[in-house]
Amino acid sequence: MSAHSAHGHAPGAHAGVAPHGPHRNYVKIWAILVALLVISVVGPMTGIRVVMLTTAFGIALVKAYMVAKNFMHLDIEKPIVHWLLIVGLALMVLLYGALAPDIQKGEGQYWKKDENFHKSFTPEKPHTGGGQAQPAGGSGAGTPEHGHP
Amino acid sequence: MSVKTIATQRASMNIPTGRLAVWWVLLSEIVIFGGVLASYILHRLGHPEWAEQAAHTNVWAGAFNTLVLLTSSLSAVLAHQAAEKGDGPKAARLLQLTVFGGLVFLIVKTFEWREEIIHGYTLQAGGFWSYYYTAAGLHAFHVLAGMVIMLWVANTARKNQELHRVENIGIYWHFVDIVWIFLFPLLYIAK
Amino acid sequence: MSHTTTVEAHAPAPHGHAEPNGFMKYLWSTDHKIISFQYMFTGMAMALIAGFMAYVFRMQIAYPGLNVPLFGHVSPDVYNALITNHGSIMVFWVAMPVLLAGFGNYLIPLMCGCDDMVFPRINRLSYQLFLLSAIVLLVSLFVPGGGFGGAWTAYPPLSAQAKYSLTPMGSTLWVIAVALEFVAFLLGGINFIVTAMNARAPGMRAFDVPLVVWFIVVASLLFMASVGPLIAGAVMLLFDQNLGTAFYNPTRGGDPVLWQHLFWFFGHPEVYVVLLPAMGIVAEIITVFARKKMFAYKTVIYTVIATGALSFFVWAHHQFVAGIDPRMANVFTVTTVLISIPIAEMCFLYIATLYGGSIRFTTPMLWALAFMAEFLIGGVTGIYLGASGADIFFHDTYFVVAHFHYTFYPIAIIGGMAGLTHWFPKMFGRMMSERLGKIHFWGTIIPFNFIFIPMFFLGLSGEHRRIYDYTHFPDLATPEMQALRIMSTVALVVMLLFQFVFLWNFIVSAFRGRKAERNPWKATTLEWTTESPPPHGNWAELPTVHRGPYEYATPGRDTDYWPQNEKA
Repeated sequence: MSAHSAHGHAPGAHAGVAPHGPHRNYVKIWAILVALLVISVVGPMTGIRVVMLTTAFGIALVKAYMVAKNFMHLDIEKPIVHWLLIVGLALMVLLYGALAPDIQKGEGQYWKKDENFHKSFTPEKPHTGGGQAQPAGGSGAGTPEHGHP
Repeated sequence: MSVKTIATQRASMNIPTGRLAVWWVLLSEIVIFGGVLASYILHRLGHPEWAEQAAHTNVWAGAFNTLVLLTSSLSAVLAHQAAEKGDGPKAARLLQLTVFGGLVFLIVKTFEWREEIIHGYTLQAGGFWSYYYTAAGLHAFHVLAGMVIMLWVANTARKNQELHRVENIGIYWHFVDIVWIFLFPLLYIAK
Repeated sequence: MSHTTTVEAHAPAPHGHAEPNGFMKYLWSTDHKIISFQYMFTGMAMALIAGFMAYVFRMQIAYPGLNVPLFGHVSPDVYNALITNHGSIMVFWVAMPVLLAGFGNYLIPLMCGCDDMVFPRINRLSYQLFLLSAIVLLVSLFVPGGGFGGAWTAYPPLSAQAKYSLTPMGSTLWVIAVALEFVAFLLGGINFIVTAMNARAPGMRAFDVPLVVWFIVVASLLFMASVGPLIAGAVMLLFDQNLGTAFYNPTRGGDPVLWQHLFWFFGHPEVYVVLLPAMGIVAEIITVFARKKMFAYKTVIYTVIATGALSFFVWAHHQFVAGIDPRMANVFTVTTVLISIPIAEMCFLYIATLYGGSIRFTTPMLWALAFMAEFLIGGVTGIYLGASGADIFFHDTYFVVAHFHYTFYPIAIIGGMAGLTHWFPKMFGRMMSERLGKIHFWGTIIPFNFIFIPMFFLGLSGEHRRIYDYTHFPDLATPEMQALRIMSTVALVVMLLFQFVFLWNFIVSAFRGRKAERNPWKATTLEWTTESPPPHGNWAELPTVHRGPYEYATPGRDTDYWPQNEKA
C-alpha cells in the first residue's frame, strides 16, 4: 500500500489488512466487455423484440456483473459490503414494485388515465425555442403553464 | 491541513476505513439513481408512446460513450494495481488518463445534447426527454464530481502518499460506469 | 474482533496539527465535539424560531383575525407559510441536527473510545452544508412572494406550479434547503456508520457498544437507504418548478402521486431516523438512573433492526385516501399495524429495565420517563390511523396532528432535553441546577398535554387540518370546539414561557454551575472516563474495553457500577 506513511509502519501493512489477491488480467476483461458492448448495439438492430431486449438488458447485467466482480473486486470483498449492496438493490425493487400499481398502470377498476396523460406533450413536429420551451433557468416568477392546449 | 485521527487508522471490521466508507457512499447512490430510474421505468412502461421519442436518441454517441467509460474503468483499475505495487507516479498517470476519459465522455455528451436541443428535443419537450436529460444529467454530474476528486487523489498519489485512496476513488468510478451501463439500454436502445 | 494497530501503542497524543484558536477555531474546527455543539445550538435556535411560528398560528386559530402580539395580522398565505415552515423546521432543522447530528457527533467517538470521527474534514463540511441549508430556508421566508406554504409534504401540483403556490421563489428555495440538508446528513451519516463500525476501541466487540450508538448507526442507515428516491424526486420537483418539465403534472403526462410515493418512501423511515436516537438516549439514562443493566440488550438491538427494516414497508399509510390502489392500502394497513409490535416490545423492555431498579429521579431521568409515557400515547393513537378504514375519517384531521405531536414532541423535545440534561456535565464541565431543571420539566410536560389532548377530540369532531380560520366552517366553529382551541393555545403560551427557565438554567450553569467531575452520574460508558469537558483528542491515552456497557450492580463488587475500561 503506501510506501511512505505518516506513522511509519511497514509498507504493505495498512491497518493490518491484506491487499487484494493476485491481480487479474484487466485488459482481457476489458476486451470481453467491449465485445459484449458491440453485441448489445448490434442485437437491437435486428428488430426482433426478444433479441433486442435480451441483448440490450441481458448484456448490461453481464457487463455490470463483470465490472463489479473484476474491477471492483466485489467477489473477494467482505460480507458486509455484499449485504449493504443487496439491501440497496432490494429496496429499489420494492420501490418499483409498490409504485407500479399506481404509476405505471393506465387503468384500474373504476378509473382510467385519459388522453391528456398519453398526449404527454409529444410534439407532432419538434418545436424550436419560442412556444413551449421555457428559457432555461428562468426566474420562475409566475411561471405560466405552457404548451398544450 | 492533515487531520489524521487514530480513529481513521482502525479497522474493527477488518476492512480499511476509506474503502468501507466508499461502499456506504455507493449505497446512498444506488438509492438515488434507483429512485430516478425506477420513476423513469414506471413511466416508460406506462407510456408506450414514448418509444417514438426514444427513437431520436443517438445510439452511436451512447455506444461510444459506453466504450469510453469502460476504457476509463480499465485505466482506473490499472491505477489501483500500480498503487498496490507502491508506484505512485504511475498510478497518478493512470488516474489522469481515467479523468481524460471522463472528459471525453462529457464532451461527446455536450455535442450530442446540443444536436438534440437544436432539433427541439429539449428538457421540456415531453416526458421522455425530461427523464432523459434528468437521468443522464445526474449521471454526468457524478462523472464530473468523480473527475474532480480523482484529480485530487492523483495529485497526492504522485508524491507516493495516501495510495489507498486510488482504489477507493476507483470503486466510485466503476460505480459511475455501471450506472451508465444501465442507462445506455434504458435511454438509447429500448425503442 | 476489533483490530489493534501498532500506531496506538506509541502515539501519546493524536493529531499532528496545532488546534486553531479563537474565532477560526469555531469556524473551521474539525473536532467532533465542537461540530456537535454547532449542530445542537443551530438546532436549538431553529427550535425557537419554529416554536414562535407555532405561537403565531395558534393565536390566529384561537382568536381569528387577531393582531398577534409580537407579530401582527396573520393572512391566509402567511398562515400557510407558518405551518409549513414550523413543520419543516422542526423535523429537518431541529430533530435531525439535535438528536442525530448533535448527539451522534458528540457521543459516537467518545463512547467508542476514539479521538475523533474517522473523517473529521467531511464532518466539518457536513455542518457547513447544514448551516447553509438553514440559512437558505430562513431566507426563503423573506423573498418576494413569501415563504413556501404548501405544507412540509410539498405535494405537487401546488408545490410545483407558481400559479397554485403563489410563492415561486419561496417554493424553490424551500426545496433547495431541504436538498442541501439531505446532502449534509448523508455526509454526516457516513461518518457515524464508519466510525462506529470500524473505529471502536480495542476490546470493544459489537455487543459491547452502548445502545445509543447502535441506535444512531441504525438511524443513519435508515436515512441513507431511504433518502435517495426523495433526492431524485426533489430534483424533479425543482425542474418542474423552474425548468418547465412536467414530472408531476397530470395534464402533461406526469403523476403527482409519484411525488407522494417518493416523499413518503423516505418520510416514513425518517420518523424512525429521529425516533431511534431519542430511544437510545432514553436507554442510556434509564440504565444509569435505575443502576441496572439494560434488560435483554441483544433483543433490543435485534428489535431495533427489525423495526428499521419494517419501516420501509409502511409508507403508503400516509396515502390511504390519495387514490392509491385499495389492495395496496390493505397491505400497508397490515404492515403498519405490525410495526407497532416491535415498538411495543421496546417499551416493555425499557419497563423491564426499570423494574427492580434503584431509581433516582434526577432531571434526565424525569425526561426519560416522560418520553416513555408520552410516546406511548403517540404510538397507540397511530394504530387508529394505520387502519385504512378508520383513516378515511381521520386523515387530514387534528387527530393526526395530535398523534404526530405525541410522537415527534417526545422525540425532539423530551428526548433532546433528556440528552442535554444528562450529558451537560460532560459537555460543559459544570452541573445544571436540579431545581430549575425540575421546574422546567413540569412546566413543559403538563402544558404539553393540555396542548395536544384537546386536538384528539377536535379531530374526532371532524376538525380539518391546515385551516386558518374555523369561523368559515360553522359546524366546526361551535363554542365548545373553539374553547378547546383556546385551551391548546393558552397551554402553548405557558409552555413556551417555561422554556425561558431552561435557557436561563443552561446559560448560567454553563458559566457558573458547580464544577463537574469526570463521572458525576457514576455511569459505566467510556465518555465518563475522560475529563469534563474532554480535551481535544478526548484522552491522552485511548481506552481499551473489557466488558459490556451496562455492568451495574454486579454482585460481589463494592461499587454498583463497573466502567467498561477498567481492567478486570
